[in-house]
Amino acid sequence: MTVNGWIQILVFIALVVAVTRPLGGFMTGVFNGGRNLLSPVFGPVERGLYRIAGVDAKAEQHWVTYAVSMLLFSVAGMVLLYVLQRLQGVLPLNPQDMAAVPADLAFNTAASFVANTNWQSYGGESTMGHLVQMAGLTVQNFVSAATGIALAVALVRGFARASARTVGNFWVDLTRATLYVLLPLAFLIALFLVWQGVPQTLAGAVDATTLEGAKQTISLGPVASQEAIKMLGTNGGGFFNANSAHPFENPNALTNLVQMLAIFAIGAGLTNVFGRMVGDERQGWAILAAMGVLFVAGAAVCYWAEAQGNPAFAAFGVDGLAGNMEGKETRFGVAASALFAVVTTAASCGAVNAMHDSFMPLGGMVPMINMMLGEVIIGGVGAGLYGMLMFAIVALFVAGLMVGRTPEYLGKKLEAKEVKMTMLAVLCLPVMMLGWTAFAVVTDTGTASMANAGPHGYSEALYAYVSAAANNGSAFAGLSANTLWYNLTLAVAMLVGRFLVIVPMLAIAGSLAAKARAPASAGTFPTHDGLFVGLLVGVILIVGGLTFFPALALGPIVEHLAMSAGTLF
Amino acid sequence: MLKELRPALVMTAALTVVTGLVYPLSVTGIAQGLFPHQAQGSLIERGGAVIGSERIGQPFTGARYFQPRPSATGGPDPADPSKTVSQPYNAANSGGSNLGPTSKALVERVQAEAERLKAENPGVPVPVELVTASGSGLDPDLSPAAADFQVPRVAKARGMTEAAVRQVAAANTTPRALGFLGEPTVNVLRLNLALDKAAGGR
Repeated sequence: MTVNGWIQILVFIALVVAVTRPLGGFMTGVFNGGRNLLSPVFGPVERGLYRIAGVDAKAEQHWVTYAVSMLLFSVAGMVLLYVLQRLQGVLPLNPQDMAAVPADLAFNTAASFVANTNWQSYGGESTMGHLVQMAGLTVQNFVSAATGIALAVALVRGFARASARTVGNFWVDLTRATLYVLLPLAFLIALFLVWQGVPQTLAGAVDATTLEGAKQTISLGPVASQEAIKMLGTNGGGFFNANSAHPFENPNALTNLVQMLAIFAIGAGLTNVFGRMVGDERQGWAILAAMGVLFVAGAAVCYWAEAQGNPAFAAFGVDGLAGNMEGKETRFGVAASALFAVVTTAASCGAVNAMHDSFMPLGGMVPMINMMLGEVIIGGVGAGLYGMLMFAIVALFVAGLMVGRTPEYLGKKLEAKEVKMTMLAVLCLPVMMLGWTAFAVVTDTGTASMANAGPHGYSEALYAYVSAAANNGSAFAGLSANTLWYNLTLAVAMLVGRFLVIVPMLAIAGSLAAKARAPASAGTFPTHDGLFVGLLVGVILIVGGLTFFPALALGPIVEHLAMSAGTLF
Repeated sequence: MLKELRPALVMTAALTVVTGLVYPLSVTGIAQGLFPHQAQGSLIERGGAVIGSERIGQPFTGARYFQPRPSATGGPDPADPSKTVSQPYNAANSGGSNLGPTSKALVERVQAEAERLKAENPGVPVPVELVTASGSGLDPDLSPAAADFQVPRVAKARGMTEAAVRQVAAANTTPRALGFLGEPTVNVLRLNLALDKAAGGR
């Protein structure tokens, strides 16, 4: 590890904290429905959308209607994306003449992008034409992210309101998140990326004759516009197979910093929205602090592991000073690669700027743990906040049990219904992650796709299901996931991991909104100080540890011990 | 519930137009106007022909050129398109080796590569970047150490002094962004072009 590496990590954290409050203030205004500085530009578009869709922007929805709207919108998006892929051979804007995407792969991809996972069983530049990349994948990058933001805001309204019947209007939240938050930021980031060297063209690949006379076909396309929203919406699905390791997606260390910041910006800002909407910004900072503790711990372990390098190479006269460079780009080095890996899995992004499959055993374990914990550290746009608030409910329930008092959060009594719904959401993730992995490792179909032997092969399958259920989308990419078995089971894991978390979450929102607010008393447990942050972090680690330690012991931990003993597979 | 069906269908279509067509096409238009070179892939031309992109590595093999890092990209076998064969620096199919740290295949590949390089520049430790494949398989850069390691070979093949080659390499080294981000790099294609130019524009 170097001082320079740590400076990069600390500057990144400082920038995230710096954008939290301005973005939080802006987004609070957007979701409270008032005018903002972008209203002159997008106001007419917004009103036009409501008119053609027949939406009454002033009519709020009960949580059930909100959930039904969200589900219908997701189904419609999934069908459209599936059809676009199946028909791409006959549609325009396909300069490389990509053929129709096979049915199982198209289903997997549609589920993946609608669920904000962006798991990719395909290589972008060899499978998808420009039209699917733009009108299919880029669209879901926007609207699945806007959906996540909308859901987080609905839950926050549940806490902020008292004796209310409604949690907001899904169509309004969706539209405003897209038009006022995601579009303008994505536009600016896209142009910045082009300036720094990311292509943006409707032309097809270019054939070059290299200096030594060889032929090189260079894939091009509308990369920057997709890259910007891929980060900002914590989607993570790359235009190219190598994702943000590809020099056209992420040309230098400055774009790398901007991409990491884009991943965290909205998630961090939403903690401040939470604080503002419940009338006490300290509540938001407490949530962000708990996230920060977990983040710094993960970054330290991952950076340390990657800086060590592979001990097996020393015998060949290799100078391992640069650390574990297999699967990493020269321009980033180990510090910026390890940091990116932690950022992308702390949020449900899943973009990668280095191949996680080639990380050191413990370096690759950190991204896995981040996802297993449900990506509560910052999280996806929205997903992290509601994941973290669910853990807060568990933490307060545990605290309530300890003192024998009905737990409260922000003046709302947490009763059987909230705790049951929380546990449903918290438990469906390990069932998907561990259950499918268990199937995969004992069937020939499952093991045939593994690229590495020994414990690392098992880690590939575990990582895949953890990533799918957590809606992350990064991979130990050696796994050949484009098979009928993996395409279908991963799609199920992605859909369950998304919708079986957010429907219970909306039920909690509705239930909380309906409750009266209990006035704070001397016996109320304060939820804005260090004790609460410590309790929250402790509960997350205990729940995560009890659930996942055995699975980790069989993969990365045993691989680390084998590596230390000089064993190869 | 059926009341929500209309907005679901209309919003899907309308937001597809806004975010899937208007947004990428307007970014394309502005990008092509403001930054045409980058938007078209930072292509480098020599004598009217495209010889590559400054962002994309090339598979140099000759002794007189600086050689890039190993690349794990593949492509269809020309003899049998259903099979995939190794095609280093295939810029139409990016990717890494995805070999884990305890992989026998990885360690054997590194050993073979390290031995080849040691024969070329004996007695000097081989920088790890030169024996490991990048994540994209298209890494356009070398670290300054990895470039320095190749200076004796390039100087000998070109009949230049090592100091002269080193000077060209230094002139093509990019420091860390803003002084602290990422790592310093040497762009291999630009360096090799500069060497050709120094040798008389061949």
